Formats: sequence, structure tokens, C-alpha cells
Amino acid sequence: MKKELLIFFLLLSGITAQASAVDPGKEEPMDAFGLIMEHISDSHQWHVIDYTNRRGYPVHINVPLPVILWHNNSLWFYTSGDFYHGNHPLPLGDDYVILRDEHFFITGQEGVLKTDEAGNIINASPLDFSITKNVASMLMSMALLLLIFLSAGKAYARYGMAPPKGFRGVLEPIILFVRDDVARSQISKDKADKFVPFLLTLFFFIWINNMIGIVPFFPGGSNLSGNISFTATLAVFSFLVINVFAVKDYWKHIFLAPGMPFLIRFLLVPLEFIGILTKPFALMVRLFANITAGHIIILSLISIIFIIKSIYIAPVSILLSLVMFMLELLVAVLQAYIFTLLTALFIGMSTTKSEH
Amino acid sequence: MELLTPSPGLVFWTSLTFIILLVILRKYAWPSILRALKVREETISFALEDAKRANEEVEMMEQQRKKIKEEARKERDLILKEARRMKSEILAEAQDTARAETQRMLEKAGRDIEKQRKDAMLEIRNTIGQLSVEIAEKILKEELSGEDKHKKVINSYLSEINFN
Repeated sequence: MKKELLIFFLLLSGITAQASAVDPGKEEPMDAFGLIMEHISDSHQWHVIDYTNRRGYPVHINVPLPVILWHNNSLWFYTSGDFYHGNHPLPLGDDYVILRDEHFFITGQEGVLKTDEAGNIINASPLDFSITKNVASMLMSMALLLLIFLSAGKAYARYGMAPPKGFRGVLEPIILFVRDDVARSQISKDKADKFVPFLLTLFFFIWINNMIGIVPFFPGGSNLSGNISFTATLAVFSFLVINVFAVKDYWKHIFLAPGMPFLIRFLLVPLEFIGILTKPFALMVRLFANITAGHIIILSLISIIFIIKSIYIAPVSILLSLVMFMLELLVAVLQAYIFTLLTALFIGMSTTKSEH
Repeated sequence: MELLTPSPGLVFWTSLTFIILLVILRKYAWPSILRALKVREETISFALEDAKRANEEVEMMEQQRKKIKEEARKERDLILKEARRMKSEILAEAQDTARAETQRMLEKAGRDIEKQRKDAMLEIRNTIGQLSVEIAEKILKEELSGEDKHKKVINSYLSEINFN
């Protein structure tokens, strides 16, 4: 517990307040699309709050995050504040690197970016292993999960026989739900318990990240579970578990399609083979789309106030986004459940010996 | 399509985080939690089973008790009935005996009375005879004449009296 607090304060101590001199009197038209995209995509700094100070200067408070780049077979460490503050390139071995629209590009000393006719930057990029906002939020979720479940595990080892008290009373129905209604109902009895730890970890990992994503202020608000990289990685884990533990009958069913006429078999085998890949692909897209869509809707509803520039639309907007928040709370647990349930279903399909 | 492009960094960190979580939780958290839940479930189901069995036992004992009670009641009734029967038998026997005894005693008394009466009669006859002789003697002493004639008259009177 102390350690987590320490890490949290270390993070906070790095907060930098930057004030830029923009004429406060002149208002630019609201860029809702840009704002929404900024909120749902990843970032190399963790935005805390923006406000206008007493002297009329806008202040942006951000937590700078570590930047880790892989270039020329070695790792390079920076703090993201250095990239945001000055617009000049930083040295990266013999080359220089610059951050533009949350992407790193390798440039010369002057930091000139070359573009093609369509306006896309064609400079090379180093491999980016930075602790971005999403990664930081994920590490936080990991710390939370470890804290919750290691202490729960200890408590269960000591007072397992007694009825659950306190936080265990909240966890227990969920754990039992995943064990009984997800794992045991989908996977054959003798094998179900082997997959329960994986399914539990998957469920709670997705759920807690969905929940952190809904929290609208620091240290929440990262769109981690609405990021395709995150959902794709989890889908790959599901894919691996589904196929690594598959029994012979499952492969026979896919590649030989027993009991089918030859011509249909010709058609069926490629379809079944594609099916191996479409299952995790659907998992990936479903989680990504659901969480991102929820974020976009809430942000759009809030943006309406600033687009219309009327205080009278605010109650409507806030009421609607409140409803959306409620829905998002449901979606957060629902999507974690669906991801886990479908994974369990596919595991069940691949580990059951076919009857025919 | 910035949103749909996976970034290798995030993929790497997600994999790392998930693997760390899976390894640590699988080793230190899930086993103790799942074991505790399983043990508790089994204990509860065993306890329920035990309670059910104990309940059945109690029911059985209750029935046995009732059966024993019923048997005891029947036996008591039987004994009472037997006792009543014996009582009436004894009573009847006693009555019979008493009656017979009474009869016997009555007969004996009758016999005694008869005997005594006969004795008394005999004695009376003798006494009367003696008295008569004495009376006759006296009469005869008074009436010295015609003694035989008087004797004849007396005897005829005496024979007229039947003592039987």
C-alpha cells in the first residue's frame, strides 16, 4: 500500500504547469472532432486539468511520462516533458527525434519533417515503447488488481470458511459468477477448473480498465480498453489459450470436416480455418468498438454545449451524458463478461471431444 | 485510421502486464480463493447432508418410540383384560365355593338339628313316660280302687299320642 502511494506521489511530483501566452480574448471555433480524437487516443503525457489563471493565461497541467525508444539496437530514455516543451529535436544516437501528433519521427538536427503530396509525414519512426497514458493507466490497474486480489487471497487463506466480509463480499459473487456461469457452464466439467484462473484474470483485467476509462478525471479517463492494441493483445491471448489446449477432435473437425460430402468439405475447410481467426478478431473489434463508442458519445454530448455555445443546452447535455455514464457502467461489466464468456465458449468448443 | 492501427509499444506493455498479472494471481491469489470457496461449498453441502441424515434419524427414532409406546399400550390393555378376567373367575370360584360350603353347613346343621330333635324327642318321651308313671302312681295312690282299669285307660291314651 505504501509503495503504491509512493509511486502515485512520484507521478504527481512530475506534474508541470505550462502557461502559454495566447490572447484570451480571441476565441477559436470549437474543434469537437479534434477534442474527441485527442481524448480517445493515446498520449505521451497524462493530461490533468486546463484552466485560465488570474492573469488570464491558460494553464495546462500535465504529468510527463517516461519515453522509451528503440533505435539502432539500443534503448533510449527521455521524459515526455522535454518533447512537449520545446519543439526542437532531441538527440537519439547519431540522429535526432521529434514528437509530432503523438508520434516520434527521426529527423536531422534542424527537426525538419518531410511530407509527401498527401501531407503524410514520410520520416522514419523509432520503435516506441514509451510508458504512455494508456500504459500508465494499465500499470495502475495492475497495481490495483494485485492489491485487491493478493489481499483477498490472503484473507481467504486465513478466513476462507467464514462467510465473506467487507470487500470479499463484493468480490465473491463475481468470482463465483465467472467460475460457475462462465467457465463451468461453457467448458466440460473436468476441464473447466483449469481455465478458471485465466478467465478470472481476463475478466477483472478488462473490467477494471473499462471502469478506469469511464472515470472522467485524472488518474482515469484513459481509453485503454477502447484501444485496438489492447483488445488485439487480449484477443491473441484468447486465441492462444483456445488453440493451445485444443483436443485432436477439434483439429480433425476443422481440417477434415468428417461426415461431409467431398465437395462441401472443399468449401467447409477453408471456412472453418478462417473461423479460427475470426473468433478472436470479433472479440477484439467488439471490445474496442463498444468502449470507444461510449467514450465518443459522452464526449460528443459534452461538446454540444461548446458547439452551440449556450448555457441552456447544458442541462440536456449533462442529463444525457449522465444516462450515458450509467450505460457505460453497464457496458464496462457487460463487455468484460462477453469477452470472457465467448473466450470460455470457444475454449469449451476446442476442448470438447465431438460426439459424432 | 489512426484508431485502428495497433501500436507495438502498447501491445508489448499489454502483453507484459497481462502475463505478470496472470502469473502472480495464478500463483498467489486464485488458488487460495478458489480453494477456500470450494472447501466452503463442500463443507456446507456436507453439513446439509448431515443435517438431513440426522433429521431422518430423529424421525425414525420418533417412529420407533411411537411404535414402542403403542406396543406398551396394547400390552397394558392385554394385562388389564387378563386381570379382569381372572378377577371374575376368582370371584365366581369363591362364590361357588362359598355356596357349596354354605350348603354343606346347612345340611350339617339340618342333620344336627334332626339328630338333636330325635334325641330331644326320645328324652321327652322317656320323661313323659316317667312323668306319666309318676302321675299314674299318684293317681293310683289317690284311687286305689280300679287300678287296672285306669292303667288301661292311660295306656290307650298314650298309644293315641303319636310322637313321631
